[in-house]
Amino acid sequence: MNAFLAIVRRDLKLAFRRGGDAANVVVFFILTVTLFPFGIGPEAAILARVAPGVIWVVALLAAMLSLDRLFRDDHDDGSLEVLVLSPLPLEVVVMAKCLAHWLTTGLLLVMAAPLLAVVMAMDGEGFATLLAAMVLGTPVLSLIGAIGAALTVGLRRGGVLISLLVLPLFIPVLIFGVGAVDAAVYGLTAKPHLLMLGGLLVLSLPLAPWAAAAALRLSLE
Amino acid sequence: MSSAFHRFANPARFMRYSAVILPWSLWITAALIAVGLYLALFVAPADYQQGDSVRIMFVHVPAAWMALFVYTNMAVASAVALIWRHPLAHIAAHGSAPIGACFTLIALVTGSLWGKPMWGTWWVWDARLTSVLVLFFLYLGYIALADAFDDGAKGAKAAAILALVGFVNVPIIKFSVEWWNTLHQPASVIKMGGPSIHASMLVPLVIMALGFTTFFVAVLILRMRAAIVGAKLRTLQIALIERGA
Amino acid sequence: MTDFAGTGLAAHGIACTRGGRGLFEGLDIAIEPGGAMLLCGPNGSGKTSLLRLLAGFLEPADGWLTWNGRAVVEDIQAYQSQLAYVGHLDAVKRSLSVTENVEFWAGLQGADADPLAVLGSLGIGSLAALPARFLSAGQRRRLGLARLAVAPKPLWLLDEPTVTLDTASITMVEALIARHRVGGGMVVVASHVTLDLPGAAVLDLRALS
Repeated sequence: MNAFLAIVRRDLKLAFRRGGDAANVVVFFILTVTLFPFGIGPEAAILARVAPGVIWVVALLAAMLSLDRLFRDDHDDGSLEVLVLSPLPLEVVVMAKCLAHWLTTGLLLVMAAPLLAVVMAMDGEGFATLLAAMVLGTPVLSLIGAIGAALTVGLRRGGVLISLLVLPLFIPVLIFGVGAVDAAVYGLTAKPHLLMLGGLLVLSLPLAPWAAAAALRLSLE
Repeated sequence: MSSAFHRFANPARFMRYSAVILPWSLWITAALIAVGLYLALFVAPADYQQGDSVRIMFVHVPAAWMALFVYTNMAVASAVALIWRHPLAHIAAHGSAPIGACFTLIALVTGSLWGKPMWGTWWVWDARLTSVLVLFFLYLGYIALADAFDDGAKGAKAAAILALVGFVNVPIIKFSVEWWNTLHQPASVIKMGGPSIHASMLVPLVIMALGFTTFFVAVLILRMRAAIVGAKLRTLQIALIERGA
Repeated sequence: MTDFAGTGLAAHGIACTRGGRGLFEGLDIAIEPGGAMLLCGPNGSGKTSLLRLLAGFLEPADGWLTWNGRAVVEDIQAYQSQLAYVGHLDAVKRSLSVTENVEFWAGLQGADADPLAVLGSLGIGSLAALPARFLSAGQRRRLGLARLAVAPKPLWLLDEPTVTLDTASITMVEALIARHRVGGGMVVVASHVTLDLPGAAVLDLRALS
């Protein structure tokens, strides 16, 4: 447990001290969503109709932007070898790094979401569900994204490739995330959608670190 | 250095068998596709609603089946490669990918061509077409990843991991897309092939599917043989350079 | 220093290929507690690859490794937790302070190490509070090597540990290695700089290719 927390604490420290990166993700999220009213017009009815979709899609893109860094620094400065040799199984190391990643990206997206829901004239009925869906969905993005980050960590132009690898895998999260909010807005129950998101989280929690660890070991060869 | 050469000396058995199978599979493919196309274009009845344009189904549906079948093959080959380290498994998986991608593209294009006379638009977000589109991106990701590595062996292993991850996701993606599609029920109800397929339509469908399968086998063998010979060539080139140095 | 028991590390007929080229094959190695092995050979002869193979990062193209008599491949995780690897890269996080780097390595290993003592064994105790990005190349190298003093590991694998170090620092590293060996530890070092490793077996990789 101590080793797990040591990794989370270190990654959080590194994220704060480098500062810019986490801020970039949130700024991108807010800025890009704010572009939509400019692009499609300020009519509230139209904005409200597309609000859940827009917010989720941009959240996905923002999460994806931050993935390249997840393992790259450790790979480039030799820390990856240290992590592999630690008594902690590499899968648990990956979980720790995903947790730290989520705390510095996904969590910030969740906190920015209500603001953006207002910007997109989203119906108040959907706010709570949006938050719940994002709390369930954004960790899945970090976990699945870790697979893409681990597979491309040694590549020079890995960042571009990550989007191609990871976005198709994000689609279920997008579908159920938007479905949940739409259901809430139309007065239906969002429970089945939230349950599906929860299911995705439960599924990716053991499987994604396993695949990412295999990819990381491959990068050390 | 003899051992590096030994690694690729043993696909000899595969080369022998494939040399025998290849011409057979090519001929059988030609025969099946010829028969299938004849039945599809001339014998199968036109649909009472869609007329002759329903015949695109005889290319579209088998292509979509192949898209999934080839991906399954890729995943199985990748698992074999990662678990049992059989060198041919990587070659089989990597060789299948572009073939599967092409089948997927054919399914998408024929689906689109079918859509125009049937629904009046070039693209419809029907659950099946959407799933095939996502599958297409999975194929592209696999090919891009494998080719992004300077070290081919590492690229093959990374792609193998991706293939397995993608394979686990295919049912999830399919399920979520179908869910999404029923939520956003399109105005016209789409039925591909109808609830019960008459024998006159089923037979050409199956024949085309079999023809596509033997086509896949033939092209895969060609690609695997080319990959093996290419690897041997590289080994010889390296040995030549080392001897000269 | 902890006393290590066991029969040590052995490699049986291992072969290694990189990028399609064969580096070496049929290599047998045996290192017992207290033993040392020095790898030498020109660049590209496979020193780093051999070290990484011994660290379990690479798989041998042929042959197998045993640790204390048991095949490494049966439980790589257990084997890797018994070794420390210091390669070309120093694994130092520039944004953290020197002490924070040491504390992280200690926390990772679950070890209760005193950062000042650890840093002192490599003569960089005075730099404890500095952000690591202010260190010179030699100081960063020594910080990377300080990892060895954080938690006791029977096997040390060192790849060119003394590059960028001055003579005084090299002596400190030699002393560190000597203390480790007295306690039964083993070390495999790749170095083109002359190191004082009394009784070390020498493996010249140039002769193998």
